[in-house]
Amino acid sequence: MENKLIISPSPHIHSGDNIGRNMYGVLAALIPAFAVSLYYFGLGALIVTAVSVASCVVVEYLIQKYLMKQTPAITDGSAILTGVLLAFNLPSNLPVWIVVIGAIAAIGIGKMPFGGLGNNIFNPALVGRVFLLISFPAQMTTWPLPGRFPMDYVDAATGATLLSKLNEGVSQWPSFVDLLLGNMGGSLGEVSAAALLLGFAYLLARKIISWHIPVAVVGTVAAFTGIMHLADPLSYAGPLIHLMSGGLLLGAIFMATDYVTSPMSRSGMLVYGAGIGLLTSVIRLFGAYPEGVSFAILIMNALTPLINTYFKPKHFGGK
Amino acid sequence: MLRTFRLGGIHPPENKLSAGKTVAILAPPPQVIIPLGQHIGAPAQAVVAKGDQVKAGTLLAKAAGFISAPIHSSVSGKITKIDQAVDASGYARPAIYIDVTGDEWEETIDRSETIRRECTLSSQEIVAKITAAGIVGLGGATFPTHVKLTPPPGSKAGILIINGVECEPYLTSDHALMLQRGEETLTGVSILMKAIGVDRAIIGIENNKPDAISHLRTLARTFAGIEIMPLKVQYPQGGEKQLIDAVLRRQVRSGALPISAGAVVQNVGTAYAVYEAVQKNKPLFERIVTITGRGVANPSNFLVRIGTPIRYLIEAAGGLSGQTGKIIGGGPMMGKALVSADIPVAKGSSGILVLPREEAARKPSLPCIRCAKCVAVCPMGLNPTLLMTATEFVQWEMAEKNYIVDCIECGSCSFTCPSHRPLLDYIRLGKGKVMNIIRTRKS
Repeated sequence: MENKLIISPSPHIHSGDNIGRNMYGVLAALIPAFAVSLYYFGLGALIVTAVSVASCVVVEYLIQKYLMKQTPAITDGSAILTGVLLAFNLPSNLPVWIVVIGAIAAIGIGKMPFGGLGNNIFNPALVGRVFLLISFPAQMTTWPLPGRFPMDYVDAATGATLLSKLNEGVSQWPSFVDLLLGNMGGSLGEVSAAALLLGFAYLLARKIISWHIPVAVVGTVAAFTGIMHLADPLSYAGPLIHLMSGGLLLGAIFMATDYVTSPMSRSGMLVYGAGIGLLTSVIRLFGAYPEGVSFAILIMNALTPLINTYFKPKHFGGK
Repeated sequence: MLRTFRLGGIHPPENKLSAGKTVAILAPPPQVIIPLGQHIGAPAQAVVAKGDQVKAGTLLAKAAGFISAPIHSSVSGKITKIDQAVDASGYARPAIYIDVTGDEWEETIDRSETIRRECTLSSQEIVAKITAAGIVGLGGATFPTHVKLTPPPGSKAGILIINGVECEPYLTSDHALMLQRGEETLTGVSILMKAIGVDRAIIGIENNKPDAISHLRTLARTFAGIEIMPLKVQYPQGGEKQLIDAVLRRQVRSGALPISAGAVVQNVGTAYAVYEAVQKNKPLFERIVTITGRGVANPSNFLVRIGTPIRYLIEAAGGLSGQTGKIIGGGPMMGKALVSADIPVAKGSSGILVLPREEAARKPSLPCIRCAKCVAVCPMGLNPTLLMTATEFVQWEMAEKNYIVDCIECGSCSFTCPSHRPLLDYIRLGKGKVMNIIRTRKS
């Protein structure tokens, strides 16, 4: 028996953490937002999410098995998470075939060509979303109006989002409570600030992410839009409107914090988050698009290796 | 708010299975194997020969240079051979085999139970006695104690820090010592203070040992200049640099000695050995060893003669239970997996941990998902995944620039990694390589 002792270098124990725990943890944190979207967008939210998740998983499985000749690792939850995040960034009346194209772009362009999980430069869900936004601008910017468990899907009544109205002048501001609960048009997972913040609290409590990136994003957007609002309140909406509308919270909490595409040091995370906040504000206030979170995150994804080079972890005993 | 070190750290399950168990005295086995290299530095040189009769405390081997330590017999009996023996490193190295008869000690050793607190010796005399007794750091690092008590010219310690942290999961030998030999240990601390010429010592103890904290606090009132500081439980607080940071809020610079922060750090076990050497004339030939883990029937603390093969400890702890996976010399975070149960207890053996098979196997390594959890837990502020990649791709310059030599090999990164990547395995490899490159460059 003794000649069968296991010999390996220290450490001899492990925390028990694994990739699945983190991926499924993020998925669990998205449950409140999904529940809200089912309430406001009903059947459409369900169909879009289900199709997106199924397509992402199937595309990853096929690519990994037949093109990369590896054992598919779809049970680690990362493809499911990409599917959910992609769906959350789409309008709930988007036809199935467009959702499938988005999933193919997300996994087939955004993730697997780089080598799969851990190697991609850009957030796959956002690659999918931006691909669709550029390819199908009309479908991607007509937003169903919120209802109560509506059973209509592609034929849902649509309206403009708050952010697109900002550029045209707002006649009536939604109430703070509506912003908090998400009673407004928008991508299916982004509308409820309260649900997203609940998810944030869960992620922090389970130590799946740290606070640095979301706080830096939100803080920068608040500061930038706050200054603009003070300078010219008639042309620029206040920071609260910006924080609680569009994809800002979804992006800051769930997309910008994607492990693979964000920096590794605390200081790097703050710089990266501030960069996303700044770019988002600039695009929203001065750009052609009403919404800028996706582009801001993708641009900062590209800068992540550079940030990692210049913002190292705080070295013990260093200055 | 309790203090702890300020960078990184983890809190693994404490698993102090043998906490509160009274230290039992383990009788000498029929044969002991005493390795000549039980410390950092040159192995000791044997001064005895086959056939010699020895007593417990007889000098077996003298120090081979300044950074080395003498070795004494732990038993009485006859030397049967001086030969190779596999030690905790897994390599066969010179060792002295002694067949035990009776239990006679050298007459110079004071075997009485009376506690002698007064010490009238000068600093030099104390250091000389410590050197002669073969005392090394008993926390596991086994650095010769007299070297640490002889500061390099131009530097002067302002404070003595005593490590009563015992941050490794499972181990309880220091805890047992503090509870059962508190007064002797504090006397040892006073002697160490005198040796380095400081009037203040702080004993850092993690807050999971409240009985030891209150016991030593009561005793410390009768000693001048000794304070007890409870610390928040956080691994690797027993690391020298981490403990100084926790206690003094000072970070030792990269590559510098602790003395540069004005501190000398010694383990509580070392302080106790110093007491025995200086006050009782007893060389270091026995120590408290924890035998623990779910792979033994009855986790315990034993006072063990150096050279006792660990199979005797396992037997005394009720034998193995279930299917044995790993026998570890030391704790689960930094201990070494032993190749057999015939390996002898050495000066640095703070514990023997037996893990059942299901707890001992590693999981397969998966791709890095760049979650940066290893970066967040690294107590030295390094980027473990970057250092592993640098080693994998033989990028020594990159590894050096990212301070690979500062790694203290605590294992927090590998412990934390959700992808079960063997971060420390690679970093250890790269660190050795880079240290070699630096040495060649200098010479």
